[in-house]
Amino acid sequence: MTAIHAARTQPANKPRRERHVLAYLFLIALMFYFLIPVWWLVVASTKDAHGLFSGSGGALWFDKDFNLVQNIRELFTYNHGEYLRWFENSILYAFSGGIGATVISVLAGYGFAKYKFRGRNLLFALLLGSIMVPLTALVIPTFVLMSHLRMTDTIWAVILPSLLSPFGVYLMRVYTSVAVPDELLDAARVDGASEARVFFQVALPLLRPAIVTVLLLSIVGTWNNYFLPLTMLSSSKLYPLTVGIGLWEQLASSNNGGGQSLWNLIIIGSLVSIIPLIIAFLTLQRHWQSGLAVGSLK
Amino acid sequence: MSVITTATRGRTAADAEPMTSRPKPKRRVRRERHPVAGWLFVSPFVVVFVAFLLAPLGYALYLSLYTKGLATGTTFAGFKNYTRAFSDPSFRKGVWFVVRFSLVLIPVQMAVSLAAALVLDTLVTRFARLSRLIIFLPYAIPAVIGALMWGFLYSPTFGPLQQILSVFNTQAPFLLSQGNVLYGLLNVVTWQWAGYYMIILYAALKGIDPSIYEAARMDGANSWQVAFRVKVPMIASAFVLILVFALIGTLQFFTEPQILGPIANGTITPDFTPNIYAYNLAFSYAQFNYASAISFSLGIVVFIAVYIFLFATRKRGNIFT
Repeated sequence: MTAIHAARTQPANKPRRERHVLAYLFLIALMFYFLIPVWWLVVASTKDAHGLFSGSGGALWFDKDFNLVQNIRELFTYNHGEYLRWFENSILYAFSGGIGATVISVLAGYGFAKYKFRGRNLLFALLLGSIMVPLTALVIPTFVLMSHLRMTDTIWAVILPSLLSPFGVYLMRVYTSVAVPDELLDAARVDGASEARVFFQVALPLLRPAIVTVLLLSIVGTWNNYFLPLTMLSSSKLYPLTVGIGLWEQLASSNNGGGQSLWNLIIIGSLVSIIPLIIAFLTLQRHWQSGLAVGSLK
Repeated sequence: MSVITTATRGRTAADAEPMTSRPKPKRRVRRERHPVAGWLFVSPFVVVFVAFLLAPLGYALYLSLYTKGLATGTTFAGFKNYTRAFSDPSFRKGVWFVVRFSLVLIPVQMAVSLAAALVLDTLVTRFARLSRLIIFLPYAIPAVIGALMWGFLYSPTFGPLQQILSVFNTQAPFLLSQGNVLYGLLNVVTWQWAGYYMIILYAALKGIDPSIYEAARMDGANSWQVAFRVKVPMIASAFVLILVFALIGTLQFFTEPQILGPIANGTITPDFTPNIYAYNLAFSYAQFNYASAISFSLGIVVFIAVYIFLFATRKRGNIFT
């Protein structure tokens, strides 16, 4: 990487340097734009209801009262701690849906890339076509199907549809066909390894960056999903964070919070809910940044 | 990385001509020895695919061909639901809105993400790495939260926009009013997704062999020419990919307007987008048959739009073939 950098910047002439200044100004402006709502969220989560609407520091600066700790305490105790339950639900849905979708994608991607079987091309063509099907168009019919099976308003109504990830399969297929050489698999077979063993011991270790990427993308997809759980779930005990916070917002804007302003809870709740994924992206950045390159290739 | 790029490109060509053109007999033998193993690997996906894609799709089609009346019961209606949908002013209005919205949104979003990716590609500093992460950050934030935050920032009573402009004694425009709501939403969606698209383009740029730039420089190309004549054409397929994603995503627009609805003073109606309309038909009016027809019609609109788009860009590099 450093070699590339050196090679690229070597012809250091004057207009180039000016352009760098412009580039930095552009980046600073972009960072400002992308950070402003998050900054606002951090600042606002330290205010109480009064400070939020008529505080001393304005919307983008701290109030003289610092209420972060009270807000957090209130967040986790409001209405018998329903926020904590939503948080647990989000974790349950995101991990079971995300891990399930990833396992299915890895297996299918490997199968498509490394085996020739009857119907393979037809199946893959169907899969590519399905990437273009708007998934939300399926939510209402899935709801009706699930209600025939009496499965709506259960955790399965959210987890099972989240297992569908045609794009994950597509990514894994592209990555597998590049990262796992046929010769390596054949060599393992010649040594007497079974097909399962070839997959687990030879192919799987080579697929790690793509697996992390697909896992992260599907966890994010499920964690951030709103339409599916909103449709499927009616008892608020099962809500994930997105639907729960949406419910609070509706209550707050129609003033049904039981005399209590819910806005500061919504704000601190939003802040707490985005922390896990931000940590996940920061700690795993090397993996997903290289893995995402796969999708853009081909 | 460049090795992978060339390898993939090579493979795509081979893939288009299925295995018959492969000259290696050894491989054919291996593949035929395990006809079952391939299916076993693919089977979990097939189960999910059938259960949660083909079945709902088929069922939606079935539902949409019937009507359910209180007195008449369920009767076969043929394409009546579809003629009703496509002549329903609510549905047409919603489709018109999302089409208009994508036509404005996608160029803006692409311009931001492409510009950011190109700039970040030329800088290899710690600052550039940091800003790459920050630009990407909104992707990790649920659309519900993103919409809420911007809703607060737009607020005429306590949002910063109003506070800044009141210094100059002017009224800030309410970005969720009838005339401005398109721009208000445009901003939310651009903020939410531009970073994700930027990362995909950036990754594609990093996959280009840098010796190509040197060659272009030797031929006398300046930085702008390298960026727009060399880099942009080389990441055309990544560009098409994210355009398709953006198109599919915006045509089924739901979460942001749904969340901003309660604070938008009635601008966001129950038929604001086709998806919101279908949701309200199903869950406020229990018209599941007609809602399915609306969903299916939206699916058709999206499919046609994507195909027109892929057809229009097929010369630049096709992704889904």
